[in-house]
Amino acid sequence: MPQQDLVNADCIVIQGSNMAECHPVGFQWVMEAKARGAKVIHIDPRFTRTSALADLYVPIRAGTDIAFLGGVINYILSNELDFREYVLAYTNAATILNEDFRDTEDLDGLFSGYSPKQRAYDPTSWRYQGRQQAASTEDATSEGMAIHRQTAAGLEQESHGPPVPALTERDETLQHPRCVYQILKRHFSRYTPEIVEQICGVPKKLFLEVCEAWTRNSGRDRTTALVYSVGWTQHTVGVQYIRAGAIIQLLLGNVGRPGGGVLALRGHASIQGSTDIPTLFNLLPGYLPMPHHAKHPTLEQWIGDIHQPGQKGFWANARAYAVSLLKAYWGEAATADNDYCYDYLPRLTGDHGTYRQVLNMIDGKIKGYFLLGQNPAVGSAHGKAQRLGMANLDWLVVRDLYLIESATFWKDGPEVATGEIVPTECRTEVFFLPAASHVEKEGTFTQTQRLLQWREKAVDPPGDCRSELWFFYHLGRIIKAKLAGSTLPRDRAILDLTWDYPTHGPHDEPSAEAVLKEINGYEVATGRPVPGFTELADDGSTACGCWIYSGVYADGVNQAARRKPRHEQDPVASEWGWAWPANRRLLYNRASADPAGRPWSDRKAYIWWDEEAGQWTGYDVPDFERTKPPDYRPPADAAGVEALAGDDAFIMQGDGKGWLYAPTGLVDGPLPTHYEPAESPVPNPLYGQHTNPTRMIYDRPDNQLNPAESEVFPYVFSAGRLTEHHTGGGMSRTVAYLSELQPEMFIEVSPQLAAERGLTHLGWAHVVTARAVVEGRVLITERLRPLRVEGRIIHQIWLPYHWGSQGLTTGDSANDLFGITLDPNVLIQESKVGTCDIRPGRRPTGPALLEYLADYRRRAGLDGASGPNGASRSSGRRRSGGRTDPGKPGRAAGTRRRGKNAGAEGE
Amino acid sequence: MGIRSWIEGWPVYRQLTGDDPTGRGAAVRSTRTGQLTARTETADSMARSVCPYCAVGCGQRVYVKDGEVTQIEGDPDSPISRGRLCPKGAASRSLVTSPLRQRRVLYRRPYGTDWEELDLDTAMDMIADRVIAARAATWEDTDDQGRPLHRTLGIAALGGATLDNEENYLIKKLFTALGAIQIENQARI
Repeated sequence: MPQQDLVNADCIVIQGSNMAECHPVGFQWVMEAKARGAKVIHIDPRFTRTSALADLYVPIRAGTDIAFLGGVINYILSNELDFREYVLAYTNAATILNEDFRDTEDLDGLFSGYSPKQRAYDPTSWRYQGRQQAASTEDATSEGMAIHRQTAAGLEQESHGPPVPALTERDETLQHPRCVYQILKRHFSRYTPEIVEQICGVPKKLFLEVCEAWTRNSGRDRTTALVYSVGWTQHTVGVQYIRAGAIIQLLLGNVGRPGGGVLALRGHASIQGSTDIPTLFNLLPGYLPMPHHAKHPTLEQWIGDIHQPGQKGFWANARAYAVSLLKAYWGEAATADNDYCYDYLPRLTGDHGTYRQVLNMIDGKIKGYFLLGQNPAVGSAHGKAQRLGMANLDWLVVRDLYLIESATFWKDGPEVATGEIVPTECRTEVFFLPAASHVEKEGTFTQTQRLLQWREKAVDPPGDCRSELWFFYHLGRIIKAKLAGSTLPRDRAILDLTWDYPTHGPHDEPSAEAVLKEINGYEVATGRPVPGFTELADDGSTACGCWIYSGVYADGVNQAARRKPRHEQDPVASEWGWAWPANRRLLYNRASADPAGRPWSDRKAYIWWDEEAGQWTGYDVPDFERTKPPDYRPPADAAGVEALAGDDAFIMQGDGKGWLYAPTGLVDGPLPTHYEPAESPVPNPLYGQHTNPTRMIYDRPDNQLNPAESEVFPYVFSAGRLTEHHTGGGMSRTVAYLSELQPEMFIEVSPQLAAERGLTHLGWAHVVTARAVVEGRVLITERLRPLRVEGRIIHQIWLPYHWGSQGLTTGDSANDLFGITLDPNVLIQESKVGTCDIRPGRRPTGPALLEYLADYRRRAGLDGASGPNGASRSSGRRRSGGRTDPGKPGRAAGTRRRGKNAGAEGE
Repeated sequence: MGIRSWIEGWPVYRQLTGDDPTGRGAAVRSTRTGQLTARTETADSMARSVCPYCAVGCGQRVYVKDGEVTQIEGDPDSPISRGRLCPKGAASRSLVTSPLRQRRVLYRRPYGTDWEELDLDTAMDMIADRVIAARAATWEDTDDQGRPLHRTLGIAALGGATLDNEENYLIKKLFTALGAIQIENQARI
């Protein structure tokens, strides 16, 4: 949903986001909605400026949002407060499931199909009843799902539903015991207000106030918007957090409607663009999967895995999108006879994600590494692993505006201080190439609401500074020249690559518009830009670099450069920039009308069927075929777009429905389930299964996790952003104004925790985990409140993660504290919650720091006792029992006795 | 300055006699302020841009005089930001013009203890050689069953999310053609 659309909301729930401080200008729409009478609710471990401006603030224990959201779902279902007409028409609530399905209620926290050996599910039993789904049989095994996990296959379904049959068995009365509605009801039946209080630390009264506000402000005449950001994604259950939010919004009829929906606030200028036109290992542009060596040896098998025969919706045309991409890459060389050069595409064999890469660097398996405006030494979890990995390369290319920590780790990183990196022994050859800034090049960013906005160039870049466009265009040109004449088969893909972009200016800058035109797609014969993805062909007659962006260069006009002032158009502002797909501003907006095509209410009118004109009309581009009437019913043998009925609002889903229950596509289960974080201070009261059983684990001596319920690491911590800094700090600690506004790393604690540990306001303290010790100034505020969780008091600590060793203001990096454990669907790390200890005073320095850490790990039962990460509670507790106090509060750090395992890490 | 103009120049006098009774506008405007000219008025050119920090996508107007960026302001035409910028966006001129910004290529040789200077063209040539060599040394043609792999695991990349779509497109296209699959982005993080 567009940020501006928040003004149409009657209630806004912000959870997993500190919008006022991290997306401050977008937050003006929340404030405007509030001024118009909307109720604003903020649910977060820390009271922030977002909380201060909300009507209701709810403190919550970090890592327990599914328990909270599950409680809301249970409240809706047990009080029958769902928007029934919407739920019946537009969701899969009535769909009946396979009789073999077993829920977490039956299996103590596991779904049916779990293989302990693979730590993965065989999802066959999760499917819909009836017609067998055509999903390839290889996928439907625990081995297949282990591949899904390794390849982050869930991300491929970011824009489409995985394959399910078009026709499903349904019970419109919702009474069938195996219909999704009843399954959902049973699954969440134990997520009561009492259990929410017990797990999340949210008092029952406060929880019920949220439930009442959310349900009261949803329905035919009212809508509630849900806002989240990385407070939800950076967990081992991150995808299921978002699923839980989506279930609520679907049950309450808030999806596809003005002032409703789910607003994912992404964190960087074009992070949405970096996903759509991915620089991600498992994706090609437009969410086409990178081929897997075993699953996709041929073009037909690859395309066959993207869509299924008989499936509804626009993914049925996947062949046109795929072939057009291959034509854009390899031009004349790509022909029907050679499967459009499909064999040129490199193949995945497993997990090749950024964290796997870093561990492979430590193990000496990677020779060269490019960092392109990214600072993993500070910005990624487990900073030490990042730096040690970079210290073990043949060569490293860093392209950035400033000398960031990832460029200077060999000189002045924390490991140089501890002796773990010795410059004269560090073999990595480092190239630092200065980059052009955002005003020194032209091109498009895709911001958080899928909107592409073109930037004009203001000035040429200074000195050696160049754009990435320049760097990669010329690198490719040089490599092609050096390989020219090669007869090696492996060099065909590079020699046949279309790489003839026009250049201009003193530096021979390639034309970004020419690249945008290729992204848009064009007719091969004439070069005419295509008007949209519906005109892409599967016979090689069109080329298209990213099918979902097709239309951005329609009519040969750069649509992303449109800047019709807001005063000269309506609030939807369809002539400002260009949104994918097809300039639709609000996705699934067919659902803003009832099944018969009428607005649900005058107040919430957005898109409706105009009977006289015979087409959909309204304030936005309809996210539906423009002339397909609401009463259209497909012929029995229809497939693809034709199979979408006139009330199938979810046009990218295989069954045309919004999914309350996900029968396929997710690695960790068809429904969100509360599991404790990988590092947790308490047991899971709902199930015997403590943590997400399928989470991605890297069980290595250099990536140890704090044991569950460890008394050595008794506190919960979370990390986040400040308004005045930006992520790894490379773009803010280098700016004088910003460094003056937020001059120093700090550690925020409650007065109660400060008393418990002897911390003084503005004094020093340090936070300890199995990986690192991080120091900072103590900030004692009531913004952090001790929570009563499962019969005990849980203290939470908060740290900003912007600091490092470079720039105008320097400090320890909070991301050093986290280990590497990932969400199994998308391989995003759990870096919003962990356990730790906190002590007053500064941390030890030099080799003493390593001894200090080794002592902690020994007392926690970790060193020499390497078990699975997130080791069972009992072992962690037993090993740590009775040895909880590493030193008296106030005792100067760095004077700790020497441990036997000093210097044990990094082995 | 005569006594009359001295009195009439007094803010309280202007506040009481003029049309600014609350003293928040013209009444308290000094002569010096009146003589100031905004950098936005004297700029040679203005580019329509977008803030490079978070994903809200605020419109920026970038003012240039004599080839230098002199001011960056919020774009009042933007339906998203309506002319506003946060502290980071408002400081983005400093991001671009800071003396700390690195403007020359630097090179650290293996086991080196300090940076050295390097010519940009030489650096490009050296990097191209290293890519070709790493690829050759780690090339995998097929798996153990003869199915195509057509790739190298010797090269990795991690991009930030302030890259343009056009840049990401070329990065993915080139690396894919080179057989390098370990191409990642902040979007994973």
